[in-house]
Amino acid sequence: AALNGGLRSQVSAALKEGRVAPTELCQRCLALIRSTKFLNAYITVAEETALKQAEESEERYKRGQPLGILDGIPIAVKDNFNTAGIETTCASNMLKGYISPYNATVVQKLLDQGAVLLGKTNLDEFAMGSGSTDGVFGPVRNPWSYSKQYKEKSVPKSHPEDKESNWVITGGSSGGSAAAVSSFTCFAALGSDTGGSTRNPAAHCGVVGLKPTYGLISRHGLIPLVNSMDVPGILTRCVDDAAVLLGSLAGHDPKDSTTIQDDFKPFELPNLTDVSKLSVGIPKEYHAPGLSSEILALWSKAADLFKNAGAKVVEVSLPHTPYSIVCYHVLCTAEVASNMARFDGLEYGHRSDMKDSTESMYAATRREGFNDVVRGRILSGNYFLLKQNYEKYFVKAQKVRRLIANDFVKVFRSGVDILLTPTTLSDAAPYTEFIQEDNRTRSAQDDILTQAANMAGLPAINVPTALSERGLPVGLQFIGRSFQEKQLLTVAKWFEKQVQFPVIQLEEVKRHDSDVFQHQKSASFS
Amino acid sequence: QKVSVEVLEHLEHLALVDFRDAEGVERLQKAIQFADQLHEVNTDGVEPMDSVLEDRWCLYLREDDVTEGNCTRELLENAREKVEEYFVAPPGNIPLPKLEERETFLQGS
Repeated sequence: AALNGGLRSQVSAALKEGRVAPTELCQRCLALIRSTKFLNAYITVAEETALKQAEESEERYKRGQPLGILDGIPIAVKDNFNTAGIETTCASNMLKGYISPYNATVVQKLLDQGAVLLGKTNLDEFAMGSGSTDGVFGPVRNPWSYSKQYKEKSVPKSHPEDKESNWVITGGSSGGSAAAVSSFTCFAALGSDTGGSTRNPAAHCGVVGLKPTYGLISRHGLIPLVNSMDVPGILTRCVDDAAVLLGSLAGHDPKDSTTIQDDFKPFELPNLTDVSKLSVGIPKEYHAPGLSSEILALWSKAADLFKNAGAKVVEVSLPHTPYSIVCYHVLCTAEVASNMARFDGLEYGHRSDMKDSTESMYAATRREGFNDVVRGRILSGNYFLLKQNYEKYFVKAQKVRRLIANDFVKVFRSGVDILLTPTTLSDAAPYTEFIQEDNRTRSAQDDILTQAANMAGLPAINVPTALSERGLPVGLQFIGRSFQEKQLLTVAKWFEKQVQFPVIQLEEVKRHDSDVFQHQKSASFS
Repeated sequence: QKVSVEVLEHLEHLALVDFRDAEGVERLQKAIQFADQLHEVNTDGVEPMDSVLEDRWCLYLREDDVTEGNCTRELLENAREKVEEYFVAPPGNIPLPKLEERETFLQGS
């Protein structure tokens, strides 16, 4: 039962009262990781160190001195965060075998609170992608592919072997983290979000995915993609848990000068009952081309839900939305071109055997270490940064970025408290279908609804809402004002309670504890 | 408007990453085409935005005090080639061979 409960309300209590021991929790998660290996959610499982951390936690509970709610809680971390003594690969040949000499600040914070680090999760190579399909360790499979809910809706195939090829993607790039949380192998996971990389897989895997305000959580130790947009992301099974994680991670870090210096006070989420003072904005441009009619209907239903509960629901306009993807494309590739320059084989990572000259060694190392997606973005980025192109593309994109950010400022100034939008255009695609288009095309399509929040640095969250006709999760997104995570999460929690998203019924893996939530399933949203 | 071979070669030099094949070049062409949509937006009088935190003056300089370090051993551990406390690189100041002299897909263009 503990495996399904909220951290603050159930798991922490169970640990404190001795109903379950940290080592037990750890063992169960490790066993689950083993039995769900086919999901390919984990790149590295740090079994020994995790068990040791769990033992230390157990000692603290025995002494009655737990460090906090996270003490003894098994968590997973996306493999683009540095973890001391544990391999950090970014799912790339460039960093295979790289053992981090330090912990990313967010990892250190979790460990300082007694969290148990189970392992590093799979992703698209260097977090570039929206499917978690383009890493060197192979694609991540969405746990919902193996759920009763999905299988019931699948067209029976003529050949039993086809069942295997039916699996759907997790979305990306934090697919491993989303899959890990969704399949109960950990209680929470860290992801990263540059264009939607936490919210997109959260939507496809039916979990909560929070992108905090840029500058709230330290990026020190997060291998950077786009310095002006990257944020660590939080993936959990419920909004309350996201608030707990946020509380332990947010705050100024002297090692990351892009974190704001204001004091951050961790908060507990109130149980909102009265939404009559809330103003919800529905940005019309988020009715993007390609949005499935199913999700459109769900979005509309959600708006009605707020309206019927007494909230003010208004249509708003963010006119530059259609350009955010193009803007992102230029700024992202430009920053990537710069950030990837550090990989030259000298100080860490892969090094080619080429010895003729420094430059030829660098070139060979990078040819051998990076996949096509990464190399493509580096080359595009360098093109946009050429002297003859700098004003035309890079500076132009920076100007468009301001216009996009201003759109949000105007809307929030007009009295809107929060925005409600879809997170993805459709439910998760089957892998065989997804790989028919190249990474850049897919990213451009899939990031459309999530990307603008990164442009403007705003906090945003995916809340699992309902199951699609195919039996797969669909989520909706809330975007809040800068640094107003408390309001954002409070509304998200209220919404979560209204929709009662069903628990995944994993078939291949025996679920002993799902009966805990039986009583919630009766009030399903769709 | 196709990108010239000179620019392609220049990019390979700057990025120290190669296009590898026609697909790589096509990828760049498509990326440029996609980016050209930016020019539909009127940005007269708009300042470029470097950081969303520009109003908060958050980027600061700290005092030049040594607060950490002495981790030479850890830092050298991940390097493949080293001698004492040095990272070892092949000889520098040797430019990459010119287009005609090296094996690159671009030769055929």
